[in-house]
Amino acid sequence: MKIIVAIKQVPARDSQLRIDSKGKWIQTSDLAFEINEPDAYALEAALQLKEKNGGEVVALCAGPASAGQTIREALAKGADRALHIEEDNLDTLDTLGIARLLAKAATAESPDLVLTGLQSEDLGYGQTGVVVAELLGMPHATIVMEVERKDSSVRVKRELENGWFQYVELPLPAVLTIQSGISKLRYATLMGIKKAKTKEVKRLTAAGLGVPLQATIAIDRVYPPEKSKQTQILDGSPKEAAAKLVEKLKFEVRAI
Amino acid sequence: MSGVLAITEQRDGVWHRMSWETIAAAQQLAADLKLPVSAAIVGTSDAGDLAHKKLDRIYAVDDPLLKSYTADGYTDALEQLIRRTNPRYVLFPHTYQVRDFAPKLATRFNQVLVSDVVGFRIVNGSVVMVRQLFQGKLNADVSFGGEAPFFASIQAGAFRADNAVPAESPVAVEPVPVHLDAAKIRSRSEAPFRESQRAVDLASAGIIVSVGRGIREKENIPIVEELAKVLGAELAASRPICDNGWLPMERQVGSSGQTVSPKVYIAVGISGAIQHLVGMKGAKTIVAINKDSNAPIFEVADYGIVGDLFEVIPALVEEVKKAKA
Ligand SMILES: Cc1cc2nc3c(=O)[nH]c(=O)nc-3n(C[C@H](O)[C@H](O)[C@H](O)COP(=O)(O)OP(=O)(O)OC[C@H]3O[C@@H](n4cnc5c(N)ncnc54)[C@H](O)[C@@H]3O)c2cc1C
Ligand SMILES: Nc1ncnc2c1ncn2[C@@H]1O[C@H](COP(=O)(O)O)[C@@H](O)[C@H]1O
Repeated sequence: MKIIVAIKQVPARDSQLRIDSKGKWIQTSDLAFEINEPDAYALEAALQLKEKNGGEVVALCAGPASAGQTIREALAKGADRALHIEEDNLDTLDTLGIARLLAKAATAESPDLVLTGLQSEDLGYGQTGVVVAELLGMPHATIVMEVERKDSSVRVKRELENGWFQYVELPLPAVLTIQSGISKLRYATLMGIKKAKTKEVKRLTAAGLGVPLQATIAIDRVYPPEKSKQTQILDGSPKEAAAKLVEKLKFEVRAI
Repeated sequence: MSGVLAITEQRDGVWHRMSWETIAAAQQLAADLKLPVSAAIVGTSDAGDLAHKKLDRIYAVDDPLLKSYTADGYTDALEQLIRRTNPRYVLFPHTYQVRDFAPKLATRFNQVLVSDVVGFRIVNGSVVMVRQLFQGKLNADVSFGGEAPFFASIQAGAFRADNAVPAESPVAVEPVPVHLDAAKIRSRSEAPFRESQRAVDLASAGIIVSVGRGIREKENIPIVEELAKVLGAELAASRPICDNGWLPMERQVGSSGQTVSPKVYIAVGISGAIQHLVGMKGAKTIVAINKDSNAPIFEVADYGIVGDLFEVIPALVEEVKKAKA
């Protein structure tokens, strides 16, 4: 079974974000990057499926040259090879634009399964996987917690709201968007890191794929959110701040 | 092309609360643009309370194949509805179900769903949608392009359900026939189920101490446990804490966990992602303790301490003990 996993490189979770001079995106030059968290779980799910059923795991990433770091990490964890759609200015593209690139690159591979994360931590559209499925003409399931391979189908556990779940069966080939936290992530072994250096990373471009870099929706401006509540910040040393809070809780909120 | 169309969500006659928030958003957008506003119900012909909202039309898209949800069925049906009724804007509640089919539907029109919208403005006659980036750390103004219809989904709690304007007299329901092919519905869904018996009822707790990934490791959980104990509070957590098994699932607060509205909610090392906020925004008093002064949790907090929880929480335990002595 051939599994493609879409992985995106995003700013590290604890990054201090600064808006760039055009006010349309963030300054990326001084940031550390990492794999989008749910994508790490999508990769893990793919590796586990391969271990059970055999086959091949191909990492697929659209991003600048520096995304190569994230791709190497995926290879070190056990992906067999990678496709890197290397483009610099993908921040201005939208989900349909990205999905067209990913779908075109995936088509050439004839995968049995395409896994994506359920949501990116930077843009947070939560939809690229679903759009890829539509472009590929494949069925999909979202917010997937478990994947079980059947003969010519997959049975997946989907998360619904408020603690509800549902099992859904889909014929292969199919696209699944994977939820964070569904299993324990593996670490790359030293051996894995060594092996990764010899694994194939195929470089693709939008032009080579014949996909125009064209956006339908546009981000006009990025800015800090307005506060919906007036927060009273209780300052001072930890002891002073704690004392102030207890006073508020005791005399204003009357909860102590 | 004209008008604003709101797609509502209900299951077996029970409305999804966010349907009303989307109706309120659609009415407001239509009023701002001086356009008619309509709503659609899917898989039923009974508009129920929807008939009493101020709407120009209500469309019922009903078919045996829509009785239970599938992405294929809903996408085919709503594509037909939209092609027939030609709305300029189509709004959805940003529910898990909408996440599952609306991006596919928008793709059919070569459009992009502007998802998880928290508000909108009209700038020179054009609609600008506001949505969050980086899990709520920044906002972005997003404008539509290409040809209508334009699609957007509305974040939970961004519009108030009670702002939905009532109708003077009930609105008639217009059935819109759709042609669906059972062979084109590729997925087979089993009945929804709940996993754990909810032994812990956080909903009745007066004070909740809730812990997030700032706690770093399982071995540190007793630090917040101690605070909960001295306050007589229940302990709760953000999702990653429960995913890691550091606290049981039944203590998870948020869109996939419990919804709570205690007198006091103390968020410790929680960033304040929307999926967490929807579960606790209703608390009377919210306290945030976080080392990052820009963490989105401070946008909803009444009291905040910017600092290291490993210093603040032990100090807080001491102060509470003193106050109670
Ligand atoms: C479909 C879907 C459903 C979801 N459902 C839920 C849900 O039901 N509930 C839920 O909670 N989440 C849910 N999530 C996940 C949600 O989006 C966030 O990822 C999650 O809430 C983040 O948890 P956190 O705040 O604990 O972690 P993080 O976002 O990693 O935040 C950790 C915070 O701790 C602070 N911190 C770090 N160290 C310290 C220190 N020493 N002292 C003080 N502060 C510190 C940091 O500044 C940061 O703000 C869902 C996501 C999706 C996509
Ligand atoms: N540039 C990209 N390269 C590879 N995968 C991507 C890219 N952008 C989005 N994805 C995938 O699509 C998922 C959802 O992204 P989004 O729709 O932006 O929330 C991510 O978790 C990734 O798996």
